[in-house]
Amino acid sequence: MNIALLLQMASEACPDRVAITFEGQHYDNQSLYEAAERAAAMFQSSGCRFISVLDTSSPAAPIALMGAAMAGLPYVPLNYRLTVEQLTGLIERIQPAFLITESTDCNYSVSQHMGRNDFLAAAMSDGPKIEAWHEDPSSVAVQLFTSGTTGTPKAALLRHEHLVSYILGSVEFMGADPDEATLVSVPPYHIAGISAVMSSIYACRRQVQLANFEPTLWVELCRTEAVTNAFVVPTMLTRIIDVLEQEASVADAFPALKSIAYGGGKMPIPVIERALALMPHVNFTNAYGLTETSSTITLLDPDDHREAISDPALRPRLGSVGKALPAIELEIRDEDGLAVSAGTPGEIYVRGPQVSGEYDGKSVLDSEGWFPTRDAGYLDEGGYLFLSGRADDVIVRGGENISPGEIEDLLLERDEIVDAAAVGVASEEWGESVALAVVVKSAVTDTEIKDYIREHLRSSRVPEKVLVVEELPYNETGKLLRRVVREWF
Amino acid sequence: MLKPGSRLKSAVCDAEVMVIKAGANDEVTCGGAVMATDVPEKGAGDEAQMHGCLIGKRYINQEETIELLCVKSGDGSLYCNGEELMTKDTKKLPSSD
Repeated sequence: MNIALLLQMASEACPDRVAITFEGQHYDNQSLYEAAERAAAMFQSSGCRFISVLDTSSPAAPIALMGAAMAGLPYVPLNYRLTVEQLTGLIERIQPAFLITESTDCNYSVSQHMGRNDFLAAAMSDGPKIEAWHEDPSSVAVQLFTSGTTGTPKAALLRHEHLVSYILGSVEFMGADPDEATLVSVPPYHIAGISAVMSSIYACRRQVQLANFEPTLWVELCRTEAVTNAFVVPTMLTRIIDVLEQEASVADAFPALKSIAYGGGKMPIPVIERALALMPHVNFTNAYGLTETSSTITLLDPDDHREAISDPALRPRLGSVGKALPAIELEIRDEDGLAVSAGTPGEIYVRGPQVSGEYDGKSVLDSEGWFPTRDAGYLDEGGYLFLSGRADDVIVRGGENISPGEIEDLLLERDEIVDAAAVGVASEEWGESVALAVVVKSAVTDTEIKDYIREHLRSSRVPEKVLVVEELPYNETGKLLRRVVREWF
Repeated sequence: MLKPGSRLKSAVCDAEVMVIKAGANDEVTCGGAVMATDVPEKGAGDEAQMHGCLIGKRYINQEETIELLCVKSGDGSLYCNGEELMTKDTKKLPSSD
């Protein structure tokens, strides 16, 4: 079992279908497969133990991913937005490394280095191919450093069996029509970027790569490449909507677009409502997952979205991340580790063949294989999951657990407030109390905010401090950096 | 012995399968001949067991104690311990990535 099998099957069944479009150039399944076989031979003869790519999206990423898999070496994509110092620290942890970077210059000490264009040229040449694949399903396919929002980045390990299980469980082989194309604008070092590559290859859906997300360019690429599917993080969707609202006709903007999936961070309800109103012909899917679970574990599908928007009673479901995938078991547990019933908040635990839950060689799964996500949430009566932030973000005020999400969601319903973050700050009286940072588009007083919260939630939710700021700190995939917000108080 | 992740080849046609789930003593055949990780020579298949198998399809028995993913199409049909395997429908999920 090897993730390269996914590409081999695509190459076997439809060799001439385009797999990747990048800057106007097309790579079909067979060329991509053969490029991976040559990359694998290069990796193998290098003697390196890790294959790393430090670059924006390009065909080099899927070729290196699949080539590393054939050679039985972990593929480690790195976040190019980190500082040289941070990257030096990460690269020290993956020696001896074969590093591919955008330019031919290399600032890092590695065993072997190649610029992206040289690597692509070598992979597309007529050089030697790997002779026999590595076939151990329990070897590491992908190593991803977590974003480190809470401290030193951890190395999450995903084995071939996890990733293959995820794809087989959620994607139908050759399920895409020949004219389908997906626009990939998430960075290649993010789990969503990796799973996008594998899902599209297995579905035989053409991937259009966008190196750096920019909303006007995104809309333009949708139009010129007749894109049918796209995945975005919430911050991207907000910016896309801003661009679309300037267009005379959204349907003309991208007539081919059929579906948008979103995830990677919390989607504010007003944003998804605007998107649904603006693009009634588009199917929206909300996907929730983690690096440690090989990407998606729950889905709010297009029908759920339509029901929620048309039935006021089901409207809150727009704030849900949907139901667990068929192969995933999911439960909410309280502080004592006991499963709780619908409606009761707690920590989300998941189990299934795609769940790795392993860092630096150490598994955090419990004895029965359950993975504690450290995400807090609850299930409704219909089995729909609602997230309320990281378990570590819960504010404990005088023994009472307060989820920042309930305060933030309430505030976003007010027209004056564009964005909001509630965090816990030290309080002599309560241990912790609520502090609030808000981004406003028209004036609103602290008293109005406090009164509004008191009126709709319990008084314990009323912030002691309110700070109006220009914008909230997010990382590039739309994750709110609460640690930074806390430092403001 | 069959192990999840193993790749088996047909002895009568081009078919190849990957084992997703199997019992240790299960015997998988294609076109009437036992499938194996290494097949030195191809022979003729049993005409009654040559309805074909299709790449990308998953094959299971009634009890779902065995599951194979066809990774290369072939002319032979897949059997486990004498029982013909049938295709498993993948529930089509909306693309999330």
